[in-house]
Order: sequence, then C-alpha cells, then structure tokens
Amino acid sequence: MSARRIFAGPARFAAIAPWLWMALFFLVPFGFVLKISLSQTAVAQPPYLPVFDLTEGFAAIKAAFAALSLDNYRLLVSDNLYVLSYLRSMVVAAVSTTILLLIGYPVAYAMARLPLKWQGIAMMLVIVPFWTSFLIRIYAWINILQHDGLLNQILLALHIVSMPVVWLSTDSAMYIGIVYSYLPFMILPLYATLAKMDPALLEAAGDLGASPQQTFWLVTFPLSLPGVGAGALLCFIPILGEFVIPDLLAGSDSLMIGQTLWLEFFTNKDWPVAAAVAVVLLVLLVAPLALYDRLQRRQLEAAR
Amino acid sequence: MNQTKRLSRFNITSLVLGLAFLYLPIVILVIYSFNASRLVTVWGGWSLRWYADFFNDRAMLDAAWMSLRVAAVSATLATGLGTLAAVALSRGERFRGRTLFSGMLYAPLVMPEVITGLSLLLLFVALNAERGFWTVTIAHTTLTMCFVTVVVQSRLGKLDRSLEEAAMDLGCDPLRAFASATLPLILPSIVAGWMLAFTLSLDDVVIASFTTGPGSATLPIRIYSEVRLGVKPQINAICTLVLALITVVIVAASLATKLTSTRGESAAPL
Repeated sequence: MSARRIFAGPARFAAIAPWLWMALFFLVPFGFVLKISLSQTAVAQPPYLPVFDLTEGFAAIKAAFAALSLDNYRLLVSDNLYVLSYLRSMVVAAVSTTILLLIGYPVAYAMARLPLKWQGIAMMLVIVPFWTSFLIRIYAWINILQHDGLLNQILLALHIVSMPVVWLSTDSAMYIGIVYSYLPFMILPLYATLAKMDPALLEAAGDLGASPQQTFWLVTFPLSLPGVGAGALLCFIPILGEFVIPDLLAGSDSLMIGQTLWLEFFTNKDWPVAAAVAVVLLVLLVAPLALYDRLQRRQLEAAR
Repeated sequence: MNQTKRLSRFNITSLVLGLAFLYLPIVILVIYSFNASRLVTVWGGWSLRWYADFFNDRAMLDAAWMSLRVAAVSATLATGLGTLAAVALSRGERFRGRTLFSGMLYAPLVMPEVITGLSLLLLFVALNAERGFWTVTIAHTTLTMCFVTVVVQSRLGKLDRSLEEAAMDLGCDPLRAFASATLPLILPSIVAGWMLAFTLSLDDVVIASFTTGPGSATLPIRIYSEVRLGVKPQINAICTLVLALITVVIVAASLATKLTSTRGESAAPL
C-alpha cells in the first residue's frame, strides 16, 4: 500500500486552517480594495462613501452599486502625477533588476565554483543580510552617504573629488539602496541553478574544444536561465511597489508608485484614490506574478 | 573537471567584493553606534552613551516591547499555519482549490508591501476591528506564514518517504506516523521558519504602518520616523541592538538546523 495515498486524506484536512486564513486575510481584502477604489472620497471616518451596509438589505446593495464610480480611475489617467509615477516605478524596477543581475551573477557563479564545504558557508553569508533588518540596512547607507559621511570623507581624502558630493536624495543613492537590499534575492536562485548544473556538461564542452568563455556562453549561461528568471522576478515585482527605499534615499521631485499610494493614503487621506492606485499596480503585476507563481511551483514541487 | 571548476581571479574578486558590499555598511553602523561624539560622522572615542539614551527613552522602549510581542505571537501563529500548509501542499493529493491555495501562499512573498498593507487595513476597517496589537499581529502572520510554508515545504520535499511508509507498515495510523516519523525530521525547518517569521515581523515598517492604530507604534515605525528626520546616534545604537538580537536568533536557528538535519542539506529560506 502506498503511504502517499493514506497520507493524502489527513493532509487535506491540514489545508483547512491555512486556506481559510489566507482567504480571509489575503484574498477577501482585495475585494475591499476594489470596492473602495470605486467609491467616492468623503471627509468622514472612514474617509470614503458609500459604506457598504448589509443590514439594510437589497435596496442598500442596489444603491451602493449605483453609487460606484470610475472617477478615481479617470483621475489616475488624467493626472500626470500618477502616470509618471507608474512609469518611474517601471524604469526603476527594470534598471535595478539589470544592475542586480550584473552584480549577482558573478557572485553566484563564484559561489557555485567554490569547494563544496565552502559553498554552505558562502550561502549562509549571503542569507544572513536577508534576515537582518531591511530598514536598518537602508539606514546604514544614510550614515555612509550623507554630506559628511564616510564615502565623501574617503573620496576627499583620496583627492578623487575636491568638494563633498551630494549623494542623499539622488537616484544614485536610491539605486545603491535597492541593489543592496535585494542582492540576496538575486544571488540565491542564481546560485541554486548554477550549483545544480552537471559538471559533465562543462567537461564535454571542453573536450569538444570550447574555450572557457565559449563554454560559459554556450552551456552555463543558457542552462542558468531559469535561475535568472526566478531572481529577476523575485526582485522586479517587489521593487515595482517599493516605498521605504525611495522615500529615504531618493529625492522628492519624482515619486515611485508606492510613494504615491502612501502619500494619497497617509497625507491626503484619500483612501479611494489610494485603493485605485493599488488596483492598477496589481493589474500591472498580474503577468509577472503568474510567471513567478509557475516558476515557484515548478521548483518546489519538482521533488514531489 | 578540476580545470573547469578552478576558481579564477575574477571569481574570487567578485565573491570578495560582493560579500564586502553586503557587510561593510552594517559593520560601519555598528562601529559608529559606539561613537561618543554627537556628530555622527566625527569619531569621538568609544562610548555607550547612546545605548543609555535608548534605555531612558520611554516611547522607544514601549515601541520595542510592542514589536517583540507582535513578532513572538505572529511568528508562532505563522509557524503553525505555515507548517500545516506545507504538509498539505507536499503530502496531500490534488484537492479542490489546490492551485488557488498555493497561489495564495506564494503571492505574498513578492507582493509589494503597500498593497498588502492597504488591503488588510481596508478589511479591518470594514470589520470595524480596533486597530492595534492584534491587527498588526494578524497582518504579520499573513505575510510570514508564507515564508514558513516555503521553508518547511522545501524540507518535506527532500525527505525520504520510506520512514513514513515503514511507520505505517508497522501499524501506525497516518497521524501517528506523521508525528513519530516525519515531524522530528522537519522540526529543524519548523524552528528555522519560526525564527525567520520572527525577524521578518521585527523588520516590517510598511504593513505595520497601515494596520496599526494610534498610540501603538512598533519599533520599526518609530525608527523610520526618526530616520526621516536625519541620522541620530541613538538610532545607531537601537539598530545595533536589533542586529544583535537577530544575530542571536540566526545563530540559534542554524544550530537547531545543524543539530538534527542530515549533512549537505540546509533549511535555507527561499
């Protein structure tokens, strides 16, 4: 008799509690976001109209549907602020992911070539920053990048620059912060695919007369593409909605969409517009999320 | 094989530079937290005065206490739920809603925090829940249980099933077989999952900002609002304390993993 078959029954019951939890606290809330994005802004507590009230029965539901409006979405399209911050988020996420790939790949490649006993240590060293506070790591960079910070002190001492360079509140600072924070997310999936690679393939390429460069570009790199895809999505998707890093490190003249959402919500108290911004961001994320979901599933269930 | 596997100078350089990039800023932060000078960038000798400042700052201490409570409770809830989810995903046959289930568990891992935070807040408002400790805890549980699921599931996937089968051949019912054969083997990854959930909760500023109520700020929220106003030596000290706590947690987690897991496998997150 197969253990798998017998396990299947009880295992199904194990799904009930987490299923309900995620449905209630992850899936259902999106319904509220959608609903409120279609509501009117109001000076009230909570600041939106109409408030859904099921106790008043069907008539109330009908009235509520009649009051739904696309005004918030019209605003998003008509006001440059929103279009520009969506575009900026796309550009920042794309550029950061490219830089991350350029930095992460050589590191992951070197890790995969380490002697086996060193690989575990190197992996631990990459994971530890992922565990340590992300806010603290951004703060650490503010220390370094500020006007009389360490970076400027070093640059001045080496006579590379004659005046302190303005780093904070610039795009360079933001890119440094993003690359720094997301580097482990890029390195780990890359390393995972590179370490699994069959060395016999490289040997075969060498035996057939390929130079190390040729072997890399014709064998190693194409075979590592799933890792490249996983790493890129793991970085691109969250960077697209990033708030803390651009808020602390970039200038305030152009905002990323996460900042715009935050501003609408916390400063302008315009919940319906904030919800509409979230809905549009979510729509932009559907394709990369679906792709990521497929990769993740394939990777985790390969062992099934 | 030997020739292709040898490290080139380029490999070594990229590894060293990569790790230096990851660690130097943190090291610098820790060193400056012991700086006696009020000016953050001028070295004024070693001192513990900023640590003393922190322990005299009532508001900061309250926030830290709140964060620790949220992290402990949410990590525990998340570990229970996440482990159940991992078992269901890796041992259950196809059940209705399985695709949706795994989608719901993988999506929060990459979902921008502003969206998760906003949607949870709107739910809490609609439910008329009083915002504070429990709303933040529920929000953090929702996020971190997905990480626990991934960690435990990857361990379950690597596990040899013959032990479960043997236990059942010896007359255990599936539940007993799981408890006596499988659970001890995945315990290290469950511990690692708890620790990861704890540190992630301790770290979060965005979701907590959305879901908390007036008067119950978490430590990251307080740090964040101070940092927006500029660098302060006291913040260096607080950050160093948080880092120390997280380091203890990581070391404990890796020891727990090492003690029981088989060689060559690790319960690495992601």
